[in-house]
Amino acid sequence: MASEGADGHGSKGIDPMHQFEVKSLVDIQLGPVDASFTNASLWMVIVVVTICAFMLLSTSRRALIPSRLQSLAEMSYEFIANMVRDNVGKDGMGYFPFIFSLFMFVLFANMLGMIPWSFTVTSHIIVTFAMALFIFIGVTLLGFIKHGLGFIGFFVPSGLPVALVPVLFPIEVISYLTRPISLSVRLFANMLAGHTMLKVFASFVGLMGIWGVAPLVFMVGLTGLEFLVAFLQAYVFAILTCIYLNDALHMHSH
Amino acid sequence: MEAEAAKYIGAGIACIALAGAGAGIGTIFGNYLQGALRNPSAAPGQFGNVLLGFALAEATGLFGLVIALLLLFAV
Repeated sequence: MASEGADGHGSKGIDPMHQFEVKSLVDIQLGPVDASFTNASLWMVIVVVTICAFMLLSTSRRALIPSRLQSLAEMSYEFIANMVRDNVGKDGMGYFPFIFSLFMFVLFANMLGMIPWSFTVTSHIIVTFAMALFIFIGVTLLGFIKHGLGFIGFFVPSGLPVALVPVLFPIEVISYLTRPISLSVRLFANMLAGHTMLKVFASFVGLMGIWGVAPLVFMVGLTGLEFLVAFLQAYVFAILTCIYLNDALHMHSH
Repeated sequence: MEAEAAKYIGAGIACIALAGAGAGIGTIFGNYLQGALRNPSAAPGQFGNVLLGFALAEATGLFGLVIALLLLFAV
């Protein structure tokens, strides 16, 4: 995100986009490619380390009566396992590790982004789009591997009159091709809009002096809502991946 | 028209998208409540779908908001 926009339109130095700025921490230049270690990279490493630490710590002492930490890990496992079972079916459980790591990454990235002065990795379109594009390519390849060229039949809704096929086929293909875009923009837009809104309301608190109490109270509610959205978007990202996977594995039948 | 003025007008117009999100979220929760009052025992099983619908409806409105924010801060 470019963040020089706040200059020169009288917003008294409030720059809600400043929090999304990518800064280089260690400059690395690989030929023509700028591969610097940025604050985005740092927070992605923090997210992965946090997930690994959480899962390793919680499952290191496997007690029959789980501790709070262990039951948290078990809950997240059961949550995703049920999601995969319900949406993809029994034979989809082979893809459980993929869905689980995807969900945990997005969830932890969103949640760690809620810490003040931290960096929200998922508020950058390039991060979410890379994930969505790989899901899309992987799922499409899987469909062609499972069904061969018969996967093209997925774009023809069952029970369709033959005359309508040339009309509906391109529409179905286009709607299929927009999947990675809608999947990535949904997560990115929610994170970007939410964090920008929090920042704008936070600046009202300072600007309004004594009356700043009113937006402050509002901010508390908004922060709660943002935590809900952070979880919901991770859930939606995972469940949509499940649905796409189910389309590739079973085509029309459920 | 000045480019700066057009930018603000465009951002304002882009925010109309949020009206659709509001209508969508209202429809989802309204209909859920209606169904839940008719058959309370089936309601908890559908709450996951409600949240999914809420997130999907909210996201379409946010697409418009992102355009507005881009116009205000990034163009």
